[in-house]
Amino acid sequence: MNLVTAFLAGLLFGGGLILSGMSNPAKVLAFLDVAGTWDPSLLFVMLGAILVAAVAFRFARTRVRPLFGSQIHVPGAGRIDTPLVLGSVTFGIGWGLVGYCPGPALTALAVGGRSTLLFVAAMVAGMAIFEVAERIRAGNEANRGGTRAAAGPSGE
Amino acid sequence: MTIDWLHFTPWASLAGGILIGLATALLLLANGRVAGISGILGGLLRPSRGDIAWRVTFILGLFVAPLVWLTMRAMPPAQIDHSPALLTIGGLLVGIGTRFGNGCTSGHGVCGIARLSPRSLLATACFLAAGFVTVFIVRHVLGR
Repeated sequence: MNLVTAFLAGLLFGGGLILSGMSNPAKVLAFLDVAGTWDPSLLFVMLGAILVAAVAFRFARTRVRPLFGSQIHVPGAGRIDTPLVLGSVTFGIGWGLVGYCPGPALTALAVGGRSTLLFVAAMVAGMAIFEVAERIRAGNEANRGGTRAAAGPSGE
Repeated sequence: MTIDWLHFTPWASLAGGILIGLATALLLLANGRVAGISGILGGLLRPSRGDIAWRVTFILGLFVAPLVWLTMRAMPPAQIDHSPALLTIGGLLVGIGTRFGNGCTSGHGVCGIARLSPRSLLATACFLAAGFVTVFIVRHVLGR
């Protein structure tokens, strides 16, 4: 059942992106072009989405578990750190260059032609590069931790 | 600043935003998951048992959305005339950046702000600012 709801959520999300105009990169770039002829439509997309989502998140707080699942996975407060800022700025540059962010790019895939396909392939490659870098970093850290743990008891 | 009244679509965009909000609400209350697209897609590259199928079906829903749309009305145009090199660079930056910063327009911009998460507010300010500056440089400094 949770697969049906996940599919419906994706369908609804994609429909929202198409209806709002956000599946068209030119419209997103027109929003980001504040110094040119500016199209403020994206603000209205965010307004509608945030208002409804805020009600849902508030309601979710009163629930112990979701309808079809054991746990509500909501991220904790988390730290404000350098990766957050650097990652967001990096994303913003790519977004500003092409006009696609992940949702609209995936939604436009079936109808967006080769340009969209190339963008999505590069986006997934970028995510894979991050994944590999993370694994190498985690491996290095585990190694360092491992030597420390090994050195610890023998030093005492 | 000049408003582009010709292409400005406040009502359709507001309605589309409400649909996105409803999709977020459905995924949260039915599946207990946050609708951050980069996180849902990126999670497939770090597969763990029992955590794959819902991601795949959600993304399948995104794929199918325009096909369902087409049975009712014409698709709005997707104007995209960038060079392959620019599409590749943009895609790589979006892929790396959204994973490194732990979210994109949906995860931080919609879900995070809806929860008033300070992390997400800052992330959204950062990617919006970077987007504004990038488009300014491309269009008004380089004149493309």
